[in-house]
Amino acid sequence: MSEYKSDLTKLEKVFEEYESNPENLITILQKAQEIYGYLPKDVMYKIGEKLKVSPAKVIGVATFYSQFRLEPMGKYLIMICQGTACHVSGSEKLASAVSDYLGIESGKTTSDGVFTLQKVACLGCCSLAPVMMINGEAYGRLTPEKAISILSEIRKKEAAE
Amino acid sequence: MRIVIGEGSCGIAAGAIKIHSAIEKYAAEKDIEIGITGCNGMCFLEPIVDIYDGKELIKRFVRVSESDAERIVNAVENEDFSSLSDIEISDEDKNFLDLQTRIALRNCGKTDPESIEDYMDNGGYKAIKKVLKMSPKEVIEEIKFSGLAGRGGAGFPTWFKWSAARKSAGEKKYIICNADEGDPGAFMDRAVIESDPHSLIEGMLIGAYAIGAQEMIVYVRAEYPLAIKRLEEAIKQAEKAGFIGENILGSGFSCKMRIKAGAGAFVCGEETALIESLEGKRGMPRLKPPFPAQSGFKNEPSNINNVETFANIAWIIENGGSEFSKLGTENSKGTKVFALTGKVNKSGLVEVPMGMTLRDVIYKIGGGIKNGKSFKAVQLGGPSGGCIPKELLDTVIDYKSLSATGAIMGSGGMVVMDEDTCMVGMAKFFLDFTAEESCGKCVHCRIGTKRMQEILTKIVNGEGEQGDIELLEELCGVIKDGALCGLGQTAPNPVLTTLRYFKDEYDEHISEHRCRAKECSAMLKYSINPEKCIGCTVCARNCPVKAINGELKKTHTIDQNICIKCGMCSKVCRFGAVSIG
Repeated sequence: MSEYKSDLTKLEKVFEEYESNPENLITILQKAQEIYGYLPKDVMYKIGEKLKVSPAKVIGVATFYSQFRLEPMGKYLIMICQGTACHVSGSEKLASAVSDYLGIESGKTTSDGVFTLQKVACLGCCSLAPVMMINGEAYGRLTPEKAISILSEIRKKEAAE
Repeated sequence: MRIVIGEGSCGIAAGAIKIHSAIEKYAAEKDIEIGITGCNGMCFLEPIVDIYDGKELIKRFVRVSESDAERIVNAVENEDFSSLSDIEISDEDKNFLDLQTRIALRNCGKTDPESIEDYMDNGGYKAIKKVLKMSPKEVIEEIKFSGLAGRGGAGFPTWFKWSAARKSAGEKKYIICNADEGDPGAFMDRAVIESDPHSLIEGMLIGAYAIGAQEMIVYVRAEYPLAIKRLEEAIKQAEKAGFIGENILGSGFSCKMRIKAGAGAFVCGEETALIESLEGKRGMPRLKPPFPAQSGFKNEPSNINNVETFANIAWIIENGGSEFSKLGTENSKGTKVFALTGKVNKSGLVEVPMGMTLRDVIYKIGGGIKNGKSFKAVQLGGPSGGCIPKELLDTVIDYKSLSATGAIMGSGGMVVMDEDTCMVGMAKFFLDFTAEESCGKCVHCRIGTKRMQEILTKIVNGEGEQGDIELLEELCGVIKDGALCGLGQTAPNPVLTTLRYFKDEYDEHISEHRCRAKECSAMLKYSINPEKCIGCTVCARNCPVKAINGELKKTHTIDQNICIKCGMCSKVCRFGAVSIG
């Protein structure tokens, strides 16, 4: 645990709001992820202690659900839709082109901390297929080339700052 | 006059918010009212702007862009729309809505989802008032009369579940809405919650009264932030108006309501897994029996229905069960909502009476196949469903007929595929999904789906062997029989239906190493046609692995040992000289 030193006082408010009820474990983890951007190990231990649930159970829940991240996230979260409509419109090619361009697999963050790539279940913009979403903004009817030009724009912007 | 902007998730993704701000800017200080509505289902025409005169829709503008905002505002101000004919909806596209029968979606795209007054103005919360004067038994009878079956996929009669939960003894009872819409390619529930949250609340209230529940819980996907936001707001409004809480409308009936955001696990669509998740645990299914009606959330009697099921309830109470059962076929009553997507011209949300043929939905409402291609199959029911081929396009939509094809009604995903879709690839796509989403509790599902996924991967990579199909078939049978919950039991369906209707494609992949849809890249061979190649060198310069040889103005060739089949040469060649075989 020594590699993590999170500010655990930020959790106090969450514990106040959701009491120490194990039934609220998922909600508490969601709130913790909102605060820290991901779920650091010491945060999960603290939550277990407070709810009187073993760390194994907390980590078990955190790893079961795809929403929870155990590593810090990049500045831009790229979500590539893997829904059926996107699949038939070429999302696999899109995902592998983006993955090649960034040099990372889905679920990982670039070493400069700028991009996190995530393949996700249906984003529900099926008529715009194939779709990727960057920090909540949807980009539709993409080709691998269009997607890469969007990402390289962001890279340029980041490099300039 | 009122300008109304469609602000469901797909409208917003297409730019509705920007258009809204632009319209607000131009309409400032003018006597023009601006409102919002949810999704009317015409995703292919988003963003959509409607003009109302009172309650009457007088104009509908489609594929609107930010730069149209000024002229829309001016036209409304002058009450002259003649200059906007280029963005006005065509008669042909109007068909999309006219051919539907809307019950669950009755308010979607019409009312303001953020206003309880608007919902009530359109007949909302009348049904609950009526119900509170009925006995719970009478309410269940009315639902029984309607023939409504669970719209989440299984098609279990709603009245039966309600009645079982009503009869179960328990200190406390719960009514739960399953809004963990996980099928890739399905967005019916999201659209209903975003566009008409009060109809969900009213439906749940009626259910709560019927079974005697004290708490209503909506388990909704965390990936649906807008749905959660609008539902939260709607719950607050309904509490304020006295529809939720203590002693509702002075009837003595009390019921609370809350939302629980899921955290992303497909298996939580299974009702017992959903209950585990509600209790803060890993979403792993429980053994049944006991059924949730006997022992569900916190071991108390619980009833779980899907969003669309609840969205029908108030309408049934208002109009009578017999009105509902007039629609549909012998064994399936009412309507069904589908998310029509894929290679179809008009994709969106459609609600049709049971008994309509798949052909009518895809061709009459959906406008046929994109880019003049030919239809190959339609996928229903997502990872639990199957692919229905061309020969069966005249199958009618009802639970029995669809099950007979090997597919299922499912929750409403309807993905259309054309000749460019590889059916083996499609089966692999779904097995990738279920293998990833298997919770791991039972061996059959955890290991069985993994083995199936491996075999399918082998086949699409051109490494299929004789005996693979037989092995797949054997695995399908074993997983169906042995898996603990619906996810595992139905996981083989995409493979079984593609094997049933498209076995020749599997054979071609295995024996001839050929993918007729030209989708499985490992099996493609790129070559240059000497008659068309003029030796411009563009392909050679763009090839990322330098697999193309040739001098200027001389025919080029591709070295098959180096080629990685990325398709770049075919994309950059302006003379159509690269052939793919």
